[in-house]
Amino acid sequence: MKRTVPLMITMVGGLVLIIQYFIPHQVSVSVFNYYTSWAPIVSGFALILGVGSITRLHYHKIRIRDRNWPYSLATLIPMYLMPVFALLLPPSIWGGNQAPGLFDFMYTRIQVPIQSTMFSMLAFYIASAAFRAFRAKSALATLLLIAAVIVMLGQVPIGDLAGRWLPNLGQWILRYPNLAAKRAIELGVGFGVLATCLKIIFGVERGWLGGAGE
Amino acid sequence: MRRTSHFLPVALAALLCAASAGAQVTTSPGAPAVDSLAPSPGPVAAVPGSAAAPAALPEVRPAQVLSVTDFPNDAGDHLQVAFQPSPDSSLVLAYQLERRTPGATDGSEDWAVVAILAAGEATSVVDGYDPDYPVQPGVHYDYRVDVMTVDGGHLEGPSFESAVVARGEWYNTDKTRVLVACSIFMALIFYYFSRARRGASLYLRPIAGIDAIDEAIGRATEMGKPILYVPGLSDISDVATIASLTILGRVARKVAEYQTPLMVPNRDPIVYTVAEESVKQAYLEAGRPDTYDPNSVFFVTDSQFAYVAAVNGLMTREKPATNFYLGMFWAESLLLAETGSLSGAIQIAGTDAITQLPFFITTCDYTLIGEELYAASAYLGREPKQVGAVKGQDACKGLVMFLFTAGIVLSIADLILGTVGDPSRSLIMKLANLVTVGALE
Repeated sequence: MKRTVPLMITMVGGLVLIIQYFIPHQVSVSVFNYYTSWAPIVSGFALILGVGSITRLHYHKIRIRDRNWPYSLATLIPMYLMPVFALLLPPSIWGGNQAPGLFDFMYTRIQVPIQSTMFSMLAFYIASAAFRAFRAKSALATLLLIAAVIVMLGQVPIGDLAGRWLPNLGQWILRYPNLAAKRAIELGVGFGVLATCLKIIFGVERGWLGGAGE
Repeated sequence: MRRTSHFLPVALAALLCAASAGAQVTTSPGAPAVDSLAPSPGPVAAVPGSAAAPAALPEVRPAQVLSVTDFPNDAGDHLQVAFQPSPDSSLVLAYQLERRTPGATDGSEDWAVVAILAAGEATSVVDGYDPDYPVQPGVHYDYRVDVMTVDGGHLEGPSFESAVVARGEWYNTDKTRVLVACSIFMALIFYYFSRARRGASLYLRPIAGIDAIDEAIGRATEMGKPILYVPGLSDISDVATIASLTILGRVARKVAEYQTPLMVPNRDPIVYTVAEESVKQAYLEAGRPDTYDPNSVFFVTDSQFAYVAAVNGLMTREKPATNFYLGMFWAESLLLAETGSLSGAIQIAGTDAITQLPFFITTCDYTLIGEELYAASAYLGREPKQVGAVKGQDACKGLVMFLFTAGIVLSIADLILGTVGDPSRSLIMKLANLVTVGALE
């Protein structure tokens, strides 16, 4: 029962949505909207499980004074304080309803800058990865290096100084060999998705069921 | 017909036409109709001979609605309106399509602007894209086309009572080619399903990244260090995530056999619950349910870069010997993989995100490219149906490759025969009419 019911729901739902794709009638649209409206409801309940998981993990680490346990405090305290700031405290402790509240302060002055910092580190990581990728250790790596130099120089104004042939060659590399490879991967992915969806709908693929699938 | 001065809509229309001429012209489905930029024109009469009135211009004849037809292949919420433009086209700046519902009492009985078209553009509009003025199925509407003249005048057109109402269709004829293509591909996949089930020997080419999974787990076991498994950052509706969770089950079984610590941080709460169940089940199947650590699979956060910070912190502190990144990734792919590379872990990645593949190829020891991620579960499990699905995919690709080759041959034949660009004689154009890339989308 634990396995059959979810498989039946998936099969019926999958087939209904496949058929629905070809029917533009308002009845079909209503069915689609009704079906997809369940997703946020399920997500809402799953989030409770997620918060429970992170609480259990870090509480355990704090309780046994595990290695690096202060990090667990740094995780749990803001996680529970932020909803308190958002829901229980007045909008602002400084200036009434018009001024930004403490939640807004914590979000815009702490969380957003930290996230931006993480994202900006990407620039340094790209430089380091590019250095590793473009080391001309073999004939293929050398070819990659030459192609990359041409494409990069073709994208910037300084490339024009060498003549129009450089940007044109860069564009040719992007439009033909590069696009051909991209499309080949996309086609493979498309067929892979199609086959996986069929396997899920017809119960061949049961990994998404977790333990019930075996 | 009254010719009235109405400068606001004309000025707005002029701006509209200058900035994006025809952007609201709805010969193509999906284009949004404009909001009601102007109120319904009131009967403000022009003052002949006044300084503001351009009296020198000749009288402009009105435009009129010719036909209203049901728009095909929709949910019954669009109507196609064709109109006859004013014969004095040189004096017309724009046309304003208006609609009302006769007999209604909810405000829709008044004329409302549903589209503005620059003069000289299309003479046909699909009404119903504006969410503020939806077309209801089965309702009769009146239409009219007002003319906005270059001198700022506004000329109301005659009202056209539509006999046709919008009706939804039960089959979208535009998707016939998609249906045919999908049917062929599904038939191929089912054919290989049944062949595999009957016991046919199907060959799968070796994939280095999948072969390396055992080696990577063994390395972690020898070093006595944990294994980190990142199931992507997408949700459970992403097929790449489902493929990743299937591989996680296989990896967890081996991890349980070797008694190696496993860490599975999750970004999505639903993925977390499924991953937890998969790992628990894998330990049970391996005969080691007692060694399962309930804290090995955990939810971190649904914030993208906070998740990256947490996982990078794990890599830096715990120094896992093996990192798996399998699933859907975005900008965080390089942040994760580069940190893992710096920590000295052996790394196996797999994703169908084309833009992230170069980062993984650069920083990881093995990368499953695109479809290899979907084939991995079949490769690891070797169940006949799973293998059959992979062979079915290969057959689909073979069919597409045949079409590509035929296209190249026909293009060369067109060059030789001198029929390039001639729709009636070009061989490649005839093939393109039969099979389009759009049919596969």
